[in-house]
Amino acid sequence: MEGRTTKKMSLIVFSGSFDKLVAAFTLATGAAAVNYEVNIFFTFWGLNAIKKKEGRSFIGNGFLARFFNFLMGGRKNVPLSRMNFCGASPRLMSSLMKKRNVATLNELYQAAKELKINLYACEMSMHILGLTLKDFDKEVKEVLGVPRFLEYSEGGDRIFI
Amino acid sequence: MATYQLDITKEHCPMTFVKTKVELSKLSGGDILEVNLLKGEPLDNVPRSAAEQGHEVLKISQVEEDVYQVIIKKK
Repeated sequence: MEGRTTKKMSLIVFSGSFDKLVAAFTLATGAAAVNYEVNIFFTFWGLNAIKKKEGRSFIGNGFLARFFNFLMGGRKNVPLSRMNFCGASPRLMSSLMKKRNVATLNELYQAAKELKINLYACEMSMHILGLTLKDFDKEVKEVLGVPRFLEYSEGGDRIFI
Repeated sequence: MATYQLDITKEHCPMTFVKTKVELSKLSGGDILEVNLLKGEPLDNVPRSAAEQGHEVLKISQVEEDVYQVIIKKK
């Protein structure tokens, strides 16, 4: 993207809940739009947000991993952190967001990709869940461990969600 | 050089400046973007962030009671 980038913000997205992902992507896209360099490091539950399969799917290597990934689902299944009511609340919340002209999680995610936010996946969590880079959206740039994340986020704000 | 319009009067943070930045990124240098936005947070932040990115804010004018137009020239 155009413009001189001198500011940097890096988010560690551990949570896979709808509301916290909305918060993370709101912060990330807002920062990228005002010319921050933005990195997002997805780990554990957060990996659900960047899966290529947006719904429940048997992905991953090994029976247990495939079963667990099915239970966790993708971006379309993320639960609300409170008052989830078997998945009804995120749907209600999304329709309310649309009605009030507030960007939904999916719109924020698409904006993050358009703004060329750097998306990274956590190597250790992927190993547990039997996932590889091909299980994620093509915009996910790289699989990282802690040292590389620290290197990329050096000199900027680091936020854990 | 061409002129384009963007209406973000129905948008809220962060999509006000996200849409402006994405739209500007699609234009060529010297193109003009006329952005209609609401007073308050969008009017405070959209021209400022465009200027910070090196674009030129040519004019800010009131078009309705709560609606303003910001004219930005892409660098």
